[in-house]
Amino acid sequence: MSDQKLATVPRRRFGVGAVLRWETILLALCVLVFVFGSASTPGFAEADNISFLLLDYTEVALLAMALLPIILTGHIDLSVASILGFCSALTGALWNAGVSFETIVPVVLLAGALLGSVNAGLIVKFGLPALAVTIGTLGLYRGLAYVVLGDGAVTGFPANYRPLATDTVPGTFLPYPTLLVLVVCVLAAVVVHYTPIGRSLYAVGLGEQTARFSGIRVERLRFTLYIVSGVLCAVASLVYTLRYNSARADNGYGMELIAVAAVLLGGVSIFGGRGTVIGVSSALLLMAGLRNVLFLNDVTNEIQNVINGLLLIISVLVPVIATLLRRRRPPAPAAAADPAPPEPEPVSVPDPDPVGVSHGPNEEDQR
Amino acid sequence: MIRSRTRRARAALAVTGAGLAFALVAACGGTTKDSAPQADAGGSGTEKVADPNAPIKEGLKIAFLPKEIDNPYENLVDQGGIAAVEELGGTGKEVGPSDASASSQVSYINTLVQQNQDAIVIAANDPNAVAPALKEAMAKGIAVVSYDSDAATDARQVFVNQANSEDIGRTQIKMIAEQIGGKGKIAILSATPNATNQNTWIEYMKDELKKPEYSGIELVKVAYGNDDDQQSFQETQALLKSIPDLKGIVSPTTVGISAAARYISSSPYKGKVALTGLGTPNQMRQFIKDGTVTEFALWDPEQLGYLAGYAAAALASGQITGKEGEVLKAGELGERTIGKNGEIILGPPTTFNADNIDDYDF
Repeated sequence: MSDQKLATVPRRRFGVGAVLRWETILLALCVLVFVFGSASTPGFAEADNISFLLLDYTEVALLAMALLPIILTGHIDLSVASILGFCSALTGALWNAGVSFETIVPVVLLAGALLGSVNAGLIVKFGLPALAVTIGTLGLYRGLAYVVLGDGAVTGFPANYRPLATDTVPGTFLPYPTLLVLVVCVLAAVVVHYTPIGRSLYAVGLGEQTARFSGIRVERLRFTLYIVSGVLCAVASLVYTLRYNSARADNGYGMELIAVAAVLLGGVSIFGGRGTVIGVSSALLLMAGLRNVLFLNDVTNEIQNVINGLLLIISVLVPVIATLLRRRRPPAPAAAADPAPPEPEPVSVPDPDPVGVSHGPNEEDQR
Repeated sequence: MIRSRTRRARAALAVTGAGLAFALVAACGGTTKDSAPQADAGGSGTEKVADPNAPIKEGLKIAFLPKEIDNPYENLVDQGGIAAVEELGGTGKEVGPSDASASSQVSYINTLVQQNQDAIVIAANDPNAVAPALKEAMAKGIAVVSYDSDAATDARQVFVNQANSEDIGRTQIKMIAEQIGGKGKIAILSATPNATNQNTWIEYMKDELKKPEYSGIELVKVAYGNDDDQQSFQETQALLKSIPDLKGIVSPTTVGISAAARYISSSPYKGKVALTGLGTPNQMRQFIKDGTVTEFALWDPEQLGYLAGYAAAALASGQITGKEGEVLKAGELGERTIGKNGEIILGPPTTFNADNIDDYDF
């Protein structure tokens, strides 16, 4: 285990450049999609449409931000969309029972935390594989959602709260939920890239044993991550329920895959230890923009899936190919100090620093 | 030891804290289901007046949004709709999600609004989830028609209903009476005991049976196959075994009728016990051909789409506004009067038999 990880350490050092470039590529693709959209597609560059486009990805973005830190530690949580579904069903059931909406919100958030901690308990306390556990709870929570609400739908949520999930901030095209997403992203970026907790995420992702021996409380960290994930899913469920004014057990069905895809497309390694918030955010924006442009051009869902699938595969492939290419080159000294990769990097990445900050110290953690 | 104790204490504290917070919030009361302010209940500003003689707008763009794009039944409905739009010189198209989930239609509605379609014709997956988006579309002057499966009443102008329950119920009794020669015992093979549409139809069937011309027919049992192929199959078997002189079975569900037909076709009852109900031609073709079933019914999906297409075009051109009593001119189908809540009914179901079944593919 640790041998294998040690072997990856030197490789990663070349990887940083590649990761950086992947984020640049993503941003460039975003710009491309938006420029292409506004140039070729009537109705794309209108404020209303940009709002739709952002609004459409609210819940996915929240789930992706819940998944990001977990995947950074080399784990996964596939139950996110099912937690969303359960919380939505719970909202509906409580609302039907005459509970006030102000009470429902904390109860649902608590329920999200509880479901997250069930995941965490099984994974951390019993040492079960996260993939198996969360595939199990993916089915379990969705099933419980149907137990709570059956296959009906609850509607008629208060009109004084619904605008919070559908309307835009007066005078702008930014919907309130997008504002929420932005806040969550910034928070995530700060925590992941600028705090010791963030560094320990990368450390755990790169080598759990090593991290443990360096004094990181791995279990506690993981436990917290799953609970945070549960709460974020609960928040997403509230937005979803209010936005569609419909609480159902099948809300958000299959959304976990879109969220995982966004995280991976954002350049986060599924094995942990690599990835940035800005990468995932650009991936989300890219997916939302692309989807909207394709919709407006009447491209069918099937073709969209093909395009998204290809993008995802490319995102996983690019770092690998970059590494392979560099390995072929003459040995270490040249490669390590190689300041001029084939393509110049004129596009300034908004925050190259966080990457450096987060990667620097955690490499030290490694040793 | 000490550590675990403090940890437990901390956990206890957290739980009590959460409990307290919960109690506090719960006590405060707030917006509940009964007190919730609801969004504007109708009254869409300026009341438009229908002008029955207004010409159909030129170059109409009408989009059909089925429950899911890969559903062959809905595709057929939309084909009929697109044909109607093209008849009127407009362009029709079918777009839709690949899953029939509650909210997946919303992004399509928003897209269609952005594309400046003149009308949206939708089979709603969830009547309420699509309502806000549809209302927004209507606010922007886009005509909204629902078909097959209605959206919230205030989120569309017209609902094109395949057939009314009364027609569906009575037609089936007429068919079975004809097939068993007007007398004998019959049974009904339904879906689930609490399916609203099934029970409504069964009520109308019972009512139809009270008429003097059906006095020789006795409804002896209503069985439930739960819309499950296997269970419907077994229920058919049980019905035939337990009622030896059973003359006919009516199954107003596509799952039930095809399972029953499968059982009867390979049993000694074939040709002796009549079977009818609601089925699709593709499922029933072989049983019509081998003589197990002589006639069954269903609405014609293409006509349903055709009517919806005409309704959308008329709405977009101002010929109708969706008020009760207005008359819709629907091409080949003739005229339809708009009923309560903006409902337009396609008409009595189409019956399928050996003569016409090959004309249909759905």
